[in-house]
Amino acid sequence: ASTLVVAEHNNQALSSATLHAVAAASQLGGPVSVLVCGQGCDNVAKAAASIQGVSKVLLAQHPSLQHGLADAVAPTVAKVQRQLNATHIVAAATTFGKDLAPRVAVDLDVQPVADIISIKGEDTFQRPLYAGNALATVKSKDPVKVLTVRVTNFDKAPATGGSASVDAVEADVAPAAAQFQTQEVKQSDRPDLGSARVVVSGGRGLKDKANFAMLEKLADKLGGAVGASRAAVDAGYAANELQVGQTGKVVAPELYIAVGISGAIQHLAGMKDSKVIVAINKDAEAPIFQLADYGLVGDLFNVVPELTDKVDNFKSK
Amino acid sequence: NAEYMGVLVPVKRVVDYAVKVRVQADKKGVELANVKMSTNPFCEIALEEAVRMKEAGHVSEVIAVSLGPKGCQETIRTAMAIGADKGIHVQTDLRTDQELQPLAVAKLLKALVEKESPNLVLMGKQSIDDDSNQTSQLLAGLLKWPQATFAYKITVSADKKSLEVVRELDQGLQTVTLPLPSVISCDLRLNQPRYATLPNIMKARKKTIETLTPEQLKVDITPRLEYLSVEEPPVRAGGIKVETVDDLLSKLKNEAKVL
Repeated sequence: ASTLVVAEHNNQALSSATLHAVAAASQLGGPVSVLVCGQGCDNVAKAAASIQGVSKVLLAQHPSLQHGLADAVAPTVAKVQRQLNATHIVAAATTFGKDLAPRVAVDLDVQPVADIISIKGEDTFQRPLYAGNALATVKSKDPVKVLTVRVTNFDKAPATGGSASVDAVEADVAPAAAQFQTQEVKQSDRPDLGSARVVVSGGRGLKDKANFAMLEKLADKLGGAVGASRAAVDAGYAANELQVGQTGKVVAPELYIAVGISGAIQHLAGMKDSKVIVAINKDAEAPIFQLADYGLVGDLFNVVPELTDKVDNFKSK
Repeated sequence: NAEYMGVLVPVKRVVDYAVKVRVQADKKGVELANVKMSTNPFCEIALEEAVRMKEAGHVSEVIAVSLGPKGCQETIRTAMAIGADKGIHVQTDLRTDQELQPLAVAKLLKALVEKESPNLVLMGKQSIDDDSNQTSQLLAGLLKWPQATFAYKITVSADKKSLEVVRELDQGLQTVTLPLPSVISCDLRLNQPRYATLPNIMKARKKTIETLTPEQLKVDITPRLEYLSVEEPPVRAGGIKVETVDDLLSKLKNEAKVL
């Protein structure tokens, strides 16, 4: 195998999703190259070059690549695949990777394999169907494999210790493309939902948008991120970028605290690989308790503030 | 006609979201016999958006397309009851959750785009069976049209030559301008789909559905991915109930060691 990983970044910093993608790529055997497409992103290329297991970094810079839009980036990825004769293209199964990978695959007439959770061989992969209620093992018959990998199922490659070369490549600019206008920049001191060690999620039981502040307090005490069920998002209590589940983010933190979440299949698909699951719900029959390591039946409006008050007494020094 | 604006909306027939799927004993797939089928929820959102664009006077025709076995006709009828003007069924007996794969679907849709000349394809971001989240991107790539995935809000420009699309990304909301023709995939919060009313369901029964085959469209739909096996996920062993917050914290610290 010879694998090309497409880096995800904001032109300043490399996303941790890329470290997971490199780890998955390393399992394929053979050299791993990383392609950085952007503008003014030399630091990202440097960061990619120091990831352990990366043998080469390719850096394509052009104004049209600045925002990572698939229409603009895909032709350059396909071009670099041809230059390297790469047998595999890997991206993280984030909104960036999901947007981009199929568009690259079309150039190569390849059926991409989405959201893989394990690698069984160079051409054989496991991926979830039906919100993780079935796991399929699929074998790709295409000459080049285009893969997106679920980050929670692959460890991070160490960010330091590598010393790959960085080579500039010319961008292949797409003519008709979506034009970037604006991006809302989230200002938050909390860790990113996808990579947080602790996630505190709220469901319909929160009853109101304002009550999410309660979860934020607890999350801050634990150094964690805040998530939400689809029911809470649908009810307008939380923003969709907080959604954990089949149609939102898949997370696997060390500690997942589900507050006022009943445990719909679609939500469980997004968090059942968490190491330790805590459920707080007043309904003792809620399906979430079947999955939780620790269940506490009670009124969340009493339990969460008490938990927040007392947690410091139990934290390891 | 410079004023014509057609929107093609693929509507996939999938196992209803409320059904707890079971893996077949032979591990070749999930059980589809005698299971309730419905329109894929994300496709419903795409259709709703297209119908609203028509009601707002931006769109002249909404074409609903479904690919798969005979039952897809029912899915198309439902789309017509919601407001699609025309229905096309591309018939194949391949399993649409495994064997009719996104690249083949995108190639069939490309053939239909060439036949019907819509200015826009509006589709769901993913189907809840195969969960690939690929078809809109593949179609846009095949057509060499711009794409906007994960649409949260769509606004038609004054000259109707472009759209402003707000996209839901992992990092938050991003706004792009999308020149037409183009392909959009719809996310959860774009709109709240309506239900079909009985009079509209009756009216939709009288509309005709065009039926085609992949052969007629000259598209090779041979699967590229071979499904070696489909299995149940490992079951997570349930844990214990605790009585108090102190119990919980003490377990988290001393037993689970996560504090």
